[in-house]
Amino acid sequence: MPENPTLELQDVAKAFGSVLALRSGTLTVFPGSIHALVGENGAGKSTLVKVVAGVYRRDAGEFRLGGESVDFGSTAESKDAGIAVIYQEPTLFPDLSVTENIFMGRQPVGSSRRIDKPAMYGEARGLFQRLGVDIDPRRQALGLSIADQQIIEIAKAISLNARLLIMDEPTAALSGNEVERLFAVARSLRDEGRALVFISHRFDEVFALCDTVTVMRDGAYISTDAVAETTEAAIVSKMVGREVDDLFPKSATEVGDVVLEVQGLNSFGEFHDISFQVRAGEIVGLAGLVGAGRSEIARAVVGVDRYDSGSVTVAGKRVRGGHPRSAIRAGVAFVPEDRRQQGLVLESSVARNIASVIRSGLSRSGLLTNGVENTAAGPWAARLQVKTSALDMKAVTMSGGNQQKVVIAKWLATNPRLLIIDEPTRGIDIGTKAEVHRLLSELAGQGMAILMISSELPEVLGMADRVLVVCEGRITADIPRDDATPENVMRAATSFSDTEAKETA
Amino acid sequence: MSTTTLVAPSAQPRVTRIVTAITRSRELAIALVLVVILLAATTKRHTFLFSHDGWRDTLLSPSILLVLAIGEMVVIVTRNVDLSVGSTLGISAYVTGKIFIAHPGIPLIAVFVAGLLVGAVLGAINGLLVTIFKVPALVITLGTLYIYRGFLTHELGSGRINADDFPANFQKLGTQQILTIPVLTLIGLFALVLVGYYLQTARGGRELYAVGSDPDAAVLYGLPTGRRVFGAFVLCGSLAGLAGVFSVARYATAFSGTGLNLELQAVAAVVIGGVAIFGGSGTVWGAAIGAFLLITIDRALPILGISDFWQGAVVGALILGSICLDRLLSMRRTHRLIEARDDA
Repeated sequence: MPENPTLELQDVAKAFGSVLALRSGTLTVFPGSIHALVGENGAGKSTLVKVVAGVYRRDAGEFRLGGESVDFGSTAESKDAGIAVIYQEPTLFPDLSVTENIFMGRQPVGSSRRIDKPAMYGEARGLFQRLGVDIDPRRQALGLSIADQQIIEIAKAISLNARLLIMDEPTAALSGNEVERLFAVARSLRDEGRALVFISHRFDEVFALCDTVTVMRDGAYISTDAVAETTEAAIVSKMVGREVDDLFPKSATEVGDVVLEVQGLNSFGEFHDISFQVRAGEIVGLAGLVGAGRSEIARAVVGVDRYDSGSVTVAGKRVRGGHPRSAIRAGVAFVPEDRRQQGLVLESSVARNIASVIRSGLSRSGLLTNGVENTAAGPWAARLQVKTSALDMKAVTMSGGNQQKVVIAKWLATNPRLLIIDEPTRGIDIGTKAEVHRLLSELAGQGMAILMISSELPEVLGMADRVLVVCEGRITADIPRDDATPENVMRAATSFSDTEAKETA
Repeated sequence: MSTTTLVAPSAQPRVTRIVTAITRSRELAIALVLVVILLAATTKRHTFLFSHDGWRDTLLSPSILLVLAIGEMVVIVTRNVDLSVGSTLGISAYVTGKIFIAHPGIPLIAVFVAGLLVGAVLGAINGLLVTIFKVPALVITLGTLYIYRGFLTHELGSGRINADDFPANFQKLGTQQILTIPVLTLIGLFALVLVGYYLQTARGGRELYAVGSDPDAAVLYGLPTGRRVFGAFVLCGSLAGLAGVFSVARYATAFSGTGLNLELQAVAAVVIGGVAIFGGSGTVWGAAIGAFLLITIDRALPILGISDFWQGAVVGALILGSICLDRLLSMRRTHRLIEARDDA
């Protein structure tokens, strides 16, 4: 292309503590082009976007906008430079009108710097007309559907007159004709000579909308191709592209009786018709994209969330929805995704954390002493090789890997039959990862049933005896270990119901 | 009809829209309660409203709380709170006294400016602590509540600055009326209109609402959230300082207990006036009516034959009632909006 690129990123890096979220982000986007950015969950796309948006400051690398080197310290600076970002989750002010949401911070002002409300509403009306939507400019943002919230975000981006528009999975929550509407807008912006970056997991959309595609993997740049010259299969293999067999040794185990039986589980708007089994000694991987409904299923199974219909049976006993205690009593242990917020009392000692779920069994005439807690917690911590000099240490000071082990230890103390673990190794360094995997494998070997949710394909493929793939709240594939490949899992994870099916649904 | 009002307000003619907005407003509801109480007390005792003193007190007594509530509202709308306004008022009252002792002939306007400045400085301290340390304002201002009060106690001890120390023209200001409206109330109403106008029509004012509605979104929007919150605390402090001058003008005294516990009344007035305690919604008009209501209740209950003992309980019930009502209304509103979406 003859023109100068709008955006150039070269080997941009960003670390959070010891975790390198982005190793070498490279991306070149030209004006009048829609550029697809694809990669697995955790490939570093969102981090890259946030660097461009000024949310994060890069640690290293080149970042040029319109040929000039830039370094944004805030979102306001990137906005002023003509960058508009539509995030995965729309960020609106629920209390304010949709018009105020569009123009907040840069409302048209008349004399004496008073906001010119008629002009503002008029402009909003014009924007909505252009986008072909029927939203009252005066209505409150509260209660808008995700699709309409997205429209507000797009209206905001258009009104900014941005030269670079980044859309981070904007279609995840949209229906067929809402996607079409969005695409029409994107194309007209492209034809005006703006540069667009489009992040999506849906390959049909990438091929329908974009002209160029850049693949990222493990926080690094892999390739950039013209969409016309590549294929879906080629992109998928670049996204996955590594050998996984030796990384995560799962020892073969005797598979025993059914421990968890889920039948016809439905929850409005979250998941539909979920049925599966997990047997003793078996690790079942629950794969899928972020937002596919995996965590919601897990939360329903362990009784944290209620569900509309269906049944959950653990070792022959029905577990009622909305009653985590009945699930714990039936022998279910749940290690949530966000261990810092949901799994640990960060300010408490390791011993107290481990002993927290078996308290009632430990107390002597209603009192619980540090001594008793330490005695009870000791063996578990030792078994898991939690590296903490004393059990009195506070959980907040430990590394992510050790925190995860404490959470697992806490649940093992209840002697569970079934362990449900959500993203067991997110934010954990490579060495501890292997330890967590070895531990899960050992537990399965001792006859525990394990349901493991993971967004990391290698982990799922290496650890799971069976892979269940979830897409849009439905199980789209059940693949035994020997048949599972990155390609067929990824395909099942992106097998979105087509437009027609959605329209009639 | 009700969903149309929510989902498509522009579909209605301008006048209908404004009338609906007013008749459905929280402010009108609270104003009606105020009117009912005024009527009840006046029926029981005519002089409550229809006498020179009764009329004056009805308007004058709330002036101090009015000014405090305006400032408190601006802070609360940003999802913060300022508990130090009572102590700030005390220090400003003390400084006012000191100025008069040192310069008895000083023009009155200078004293008002001094009170505003003292309050602004104390408010700026709050604002800096909240925005720099990112500690909840509840904790920070609880700390400064005690520190400011401690300073005042240290300076005044058990002594007090008395009426003799204040010039006559200043003391007269406390009860002076223009067209039967007390001057202090006029100043308070003037501040009310200024702040109300700013909140509704200026970018900065709207940004205060945005910050309170969703602080994280405000950062992503690129709004200067720190500066806005800081500004809100400075304004709140300044108004508390102004209220300190009012307090001296009205009561002709300043001692270590001046303004004690007023911060809770200010928060109560704001909440009763329909401002969401988690920020983002409500108006300064509501807070002002809340202040008038609180003070009027205080004055009316004895006349209505309700004992001192129950007066606190009545105020408490009013706070709980208005919070529950707000919660109920907002749940209904959310429900309606979602229903309208699902119908579409």
